[in-house]
Amino acid sequence: MNIITFVKRVPSTTANVVITENQLNPEGVEFVLNPYDEYAVEEALAIKEAAGEGSVTAISLGAGEAQKELRTVLAMGADAAVLLASPLAPAADGATTARALAAAVKGREFDLLLFGKQAVDRDQHGVGPAVATLLGVPCITEVVKLSVADGKVIAEREVEGARETIEASLPCAITCQKGLNTPRFASLRGIMAAKKKPMEVIDVDLGTAAVEVVAMNMPPARPAGRILGEGAAAVPELVAALRNESKVL
Amino acid sequence: MSNILVVLESRDGSLRSASLEAVGAARLIAEVSGASVLALATETCELDAGVLGAAGADLVLMAKTSGHSAEGAAATVARVAKEHQASVVLLAATVRGRDLTGRIAALLETGFAADCTALDAAAMTFTRPILGGKAFTTVKINGPVAVASLRANFFAAAGREANAEVQEVVAEAGLSRVTAINAQSGGRPDVSEATRVISGGRGMGDAANWNLLEAVADAIPGCALGASRAVVDSGWRPHSEQVGQTGKTVAPELYIAAGISGAIQHLAGMNCSKVIVAINKDADAPIFKHATYGIVGDALEVLPALAAELQKLNL
Ligand SMILES: Cc1cc2nc3c(=O)[nH]c(=O)nc-3n(C[C@H](O)[C@H](O)[C@H](O)COP(=O)(O)OP(=O)(O)OC[C@H]3O[C@@H](n4cnc5c(N)ncnc54)[C@H](O)[C@@H]3O)c2cc1C
Repeated sequence: MNIITFVKRVPSTTANVVITENQLNPEGVEFVLNPYDEYAVEEALAIKEAAGEGSVTAISLGAGEAQKELRTVLAMGADAAVLLASPLAPAADGATTARALAAAVKGREFDLLLFGKQAVDRDQHGVGPAVATLLGVPCITEVVKLSVADGKVIAEREVEGARETIEASLPCAITCQKGLNTPRFASLRGIMAAKKKPMEVIDVDLGTAAVEVVAMNMPPARPAGRILGEGAAAVPELVAALRNESKVL
Repeated sequence: MSNILVVLESRDGSLRSASLEAVGAARLIAEVSGASVLALATETCELDAGVLGAAGADLVLMAKTSGHSAEGAAATVARVAKEHQASVVLLAATVRGRDLTGRIAALLETGFAADCTALDAAAMTFTRPILGGKAFTTVKINGPVAVASLRANFFAAAGREANAEVQEVVAEAGLSRVTAINAQSGGRPDVSEATRVISGGRGMGDAANWNLLEAVADAIPGCALGASRAVVDSGWRPHSEQVGQTGKTVAPELYIAAGISGAIQHLAGMNCSKVIVAINKDADAPIFKHATYGIVGDALEVLPALAAELQKLNL
């Protein structure tokens, strides 16, 4: 079972966001492995372990610093890492990212491509399915339950108010949602072993971006609210305000 | 003459209402550019030409296939987009819609913008939240077609007086396929689509206290239940109800947060709500800084009073 997993270095979800010149100001921001990619890495490792053979390769499109997150993935247990290096990568749009990743996969053997369902910086949700489309393989998104056996994939995902079961054949791409598994932490031994694992760095030219950023702003400030009072006694005033002032009831 | 193509989503043979919002958004663009609005159902379903016409569609196309395959649906959309020289393809940013957006863009060799909350029809730009809603970006798509998905509750059906014609088209084959769909949320709308939401946090104390939230939800038509991650991680509620950066993003008209502190990751998922009500026993809880109305108090006492007051209104 040869598995390729795709990971991204992203700002931590606790980061305080400051926008300067249409970009996230990285000053004081902690960067981490995209939380959804942790599910993808865990799933890749668990599937390889269950199969008892195969390899897990992690690919990241990133600036040079993304080697840190790739080392984390190697420490978790991946066999090899590839950094597609471009200074423009952190701000790349979903379509541009997908083109670069698909080009890097071509020529590599794989049974499964595992993605996080979204990167928590651009929140595009589209890179996994776009890469799969460019490679001509099926893709199942936002998966919370996965079984791979006999060349077949059976997956479940939550859609609005329902759960879908989806089937496909290998080779196949999956995007991983919270609930799929519990990602492991890198062990001390894993961290030591990761230092000796191969990390290929390939410079890539992202070409013209598929999506151009015209502006980037902080969310509009919410109008100041008010405390209506304490305890159950304040309830009639609340209902009156919802009905007569905000007119939402 | 270019066209605006809208992808219609259906489940169990009926159209999902989020798709009508996308048709309305397409109408906004059509009014500026003079284009026509085509609405394409990627599977056979019950379509009301009158409703779609009123929402903003000029022509309705329905692919003849039953069951959902994402690859098939994307290929059908891409083919129809080319046949009709579509300059814009719009989808509802549902789970299926988000799934298709990147694929359609890949097939049409263009860029995409997911989960948009606003569009400028004249400049043809889309505005969308990034970083879990902590910032917004306005983008322009460099490519032959602009593909975008639209977040629920930010656009509306046009509400015009018009009819649309329905035509059948051939469906493309897919690779994966949906083999089962099991309804989940016990008759309540999904939290990501509802116009009213009541969410509970760790301050609710116990899963057994959710009957208090349900009583309020029952008194408000169309009200969905939500939860903080602390609640989901404790196993009190399913992940499908989680609101926030690693859950669902919601923008209802009314969001009631009971026993929720207002952590940055929770706020990211709900701070676009029109009216926010916070019920928290700690007057310094961060949620109050974002709330339209706040009540300082024990949610276990305030919620039964709220349910009783709402029941009187018979909404
Ligand atoms: C990577 C990452 C992603 C995350 N994603 C999400 C996410 O998607 N969604 C999310 O919600 N969180 C998310 N979090 C977690 C977030 O940081 C908070 O821990 C979480 O939102 C807290 O939930 P809470 O408000 O229910 O609990 P707490 O923070 O424990 O707050 C409980 C509140 O209830 C109040 N309270 C207690 N008793 C009562 C009572 N009887 N009546 C009224 N009020 C009472 C308290 O004053 C307090 O304000 C994420 C964290 C990380 C690191």
